[in-house]
Amino acid sequence: MIAEIGLAALWLAAALAVLQMVSGAFALKAAEGEVNPLAIYARPAAVVQAFLAVLAFALLLWAFAITDLSIKLVASNSHSMKPLVYKLTGTWGNHEGSMLLWVGVLAASGGLLAAFERRLPERTMGATLAVQGFVALGFYAFLLLSSNPFERLPVPAMEGTGLNPLLQDIGLAIHPPTLYAGYVGLSVAFSLAMGALLTNQVNPAFARVLRPWVLGAWVLLTFGIAAGSYWAYYELGWGGWWFWDPVENASLMPWLAATALMHSVSVLAARDALRTWTIMLGVLAFSMSMLGTFLVRSGVLTSVHAFAVDPERGAFILVLLLLYIGGAFTIFALRAGAVAEGKRFSFSSREGALVFNNVMLSAILAIVLLGTLYPLVTEAFDVRVSVGPPYFNPASAIFAVPMFLVMAVGPLLRWKEDKPARIQFEMLMLAAVLIAVIAVTAMVGDYPFLPLLGLGLAAALALASFLPLRGRKLARVPLATWGMVLAHFGVAVSLFGMACEGAFSQERLAAVAPGGTEQVGDFSFTLQSVTPVAGPNWTALEARIAVSRDGGEPVILVPQARNFWSPQQSTSESALLTRWDGQLYAVLGNQAADGRWQIRMWWKPFVTFIWYGALLISLGGILAIVGRVRVDVKRRHASEVGEERRADLAALGAAAPVPAE
Amino acid sequence: MRNRLFLWVPLALFAFFAGLAGYMLTQEKSQFVESTMIGEPLPDFALKPAFEGLPGAAKADFVGTKPRLLNIWASWCLPCIAEAPQLEALQAQGVEIIGIAIRDRPADVANFLTRYGNPYSRVGADDISEVQLAIGSSGVPETFVIDAAGVIRYQHIGDIREDDVALLLAELEKAR
Repeated sequence: MIAEIGLAALWLAAALAVLQMVSGAFALKAAEGEVNPLAIYARPAAVVQAFLAVLAFALLLWAFAITDLSIKLVASNSHSMKPLVYKLTGTWGNHEGSMLLWVGVLAASGGLLAAFERRLPERTMGATLAVQGFVALGFYAFLLLSSNPFERLPVPAMEGTGLNPLLQDIGLAIHPPTLYAGYVGLSVAFSLAMGALLTNQVNPAFARVLRPWVLGAWVLLTFGIAAGSYWAYYELGWGGWWFWDPVENASLMPWLAATALMHSVSVLAARDALRTWTIMLGVLAFSMSMLGTFLVRSGVLTSVHAFAVDPERGAFILVLLLLYIGGAFTIFALRAGAVAEGKRFSFSSREGALVFNNVMLSAILAIVLLGTLYPLVTEAFDVRVSVGPPYFNPASAIFAVPMFLVMAVGPLLRWKEDKPARIQFEMLMLAAVLIAVIAVTAMVGDYPFLPLLGLGLAAALALASFLPLRGRKLARVPLATWGMVLAHFGVAVSLFGMACEGAFSQERLAAVAPGGTEQVGDFSFTLQSVTPVAGPNWTALEARIAVSRDGGEPVILVPQARNFWSPQQSTSESALLTRWDGQLYAVLGNQAADGRWQIRMWWKPFVTFIWYGALLISLGGILAIVGRVRVDVKRRHASEVGEERRADLAALGAAAPVPAE
Repeated sequence: MRNRLFLWVPLALFAFFAGLAGYMLTQEKSQFVESTMIGEPLPDFALKPAFEGLPGAAKADFVGTKPRLLNIWASWCLPCIAEAPQLEALQAQGVEIIGIAIRDRPADVANFLTRYGNPYSRVGADDISEVQLAIGSSGVPETFVIDAAGVIRYQHIGDIREDDVALLLAELEKAR
């Protein structure tokens, strides 16, 4: 019954999406300030739809938990002997299940918006919900018509085929759901942007409604990308943390757009400037999420993230892209001209700095997009190329370096207009730090230029991120400002980690006989033994490697070469030794004919700071959300108190004095 | 007044992408990476025997009077089991096949050949994929047609299916 109820819930949700779309569209027919009687169904439709979609996902989760082998998806992706946690995470470790998760989050965010957002005019809200319903409908259709997760097998399978062993890791429990929630949270930004554009309500009030959604999606994306990066780092055993793989890029592009959007929304909320630009970014951010989905699922690009690739599904998503992205940009082109120009500002002002960095972020986005799609372009002419770090690193650095510089001084500038001379001292100090760090490091050793520059920028940025607090009473600094300080500091921390990893990493690949000792960096390592071990659904060769730093107390590392038996696949489980100043990364390779074992060791100084930084950035985002929402609630409360007082005074009769606003 | 034309830029960019993606979706997609070494002479190499039964393989073994097959395989590779009968069929047609075993152990190699048949005249051991990478092979199994002068003439990626046998024979004939 589980499958049938789940499927019915999905069909019902799709029907409600139609209702939400139609009813929301009727709101547009009402005159300003009035409510069309047919428009009142949009909100309840969105809420019930959210419930149904989440129910469908919960049912699939349940089917995986009890390993219901009559369901095709369970039989082909799970196994009765798998640990429970991986049975559950296996729900979204495949195409259909992950699309259901995607749709569930989409409906849930639409439901939240419909249930709680009361600040916008009903016309705008109706248009927003109509767009949200329209988007949801397309993805329901995709699920139901080409990727039904609840499909039954004619005869139940005797046993499942198991989950790809690389996915049998706690990383799968964290990385995809947060990333999806982030991707899809941007759908609300998309719908709100379209709603505001259609009803010509692009103003600070709209920006304040939009802001928590963008911030929330952005926090989730940041966290999801960082989790994915760390997962790839320790699970693949390649020692790298970012590979510029098309699927990684697919998650980075919406993040870049969302970062730009988040800043431009702030300008719109605070200064009523950047109206058209904010709308464009709102459309762009979700477009990038959908584009990523297309690139990953259609198989037009080759990637390490091999989802079940199917050109027919690809064609389906491409049609959805044409409808949504094409439609949105058409409306944008037709209507954005009618959006009144926002407030003007001078180039040397905080808005000016934000605009500059918005352009830089967009340029990096274009670089990444170009590099990701370039193989697709050349393949159309039968030339196969693979675009990698030699393109992405320097090309994105061209725009990232000025961005970091402006990021350091931007928050010190005043809104609207400022003289750079006012912050001369700060700028000189930051420049001094930048140059000093680069000069000192360059004198110590011969390091590549980009990591060197990264180190200098990280130092300057770390200092700069705290400068906005200078001369202020810390207890009275708004929470959102703390969020910005923390997030900017997090960027510096991440950048420091990346630069250190790039400049100072040491690698050693050695064939070691048991008892043999080798050296990497300050560490000497001794291979004690290689023994077979067994887990619940795998067997492995496990090396015991005694590692000692500068002759100190040895620590045992146990990297494994694992063989899973359902499905058959081998993975290498790296072993990590984390110290405050870096990580030692050990991988066990094959045995050579003479009995020696291949061991690969890296010493990666401060590599962990990449992810610590990402955590700080996410935390900064959370602080900003809490701060903003608290202010909103206070403001709403204050206006309610004011209204009550006015009502009381009115009740006292016309004799009472009219309260001053 | 702002330039309205500017507002159409995102749509134009998207239209370009959609056209490209639509075109690519209709194209047959090959998942294989072809060697750029085709038409080039084999690199110099000399591999030790992969097990005690047969001699190892070197570049010199390919130079002579007839084209030969170079088969990249491994005992741990499942598709190699699937292609074993086809290799035997080729051998029965008088084709000399020289094997290169990738990252393998002598005992496993011997085991594999006893169980699934031995179509090889020589098998070299490539423990670090050195020769494999040098001839532009990215996976196991792969089979190359090498002409009498030691030049790589044709690459077959993946296991040899039954209908590939005639194809390989034709390629060998062409290389003569």
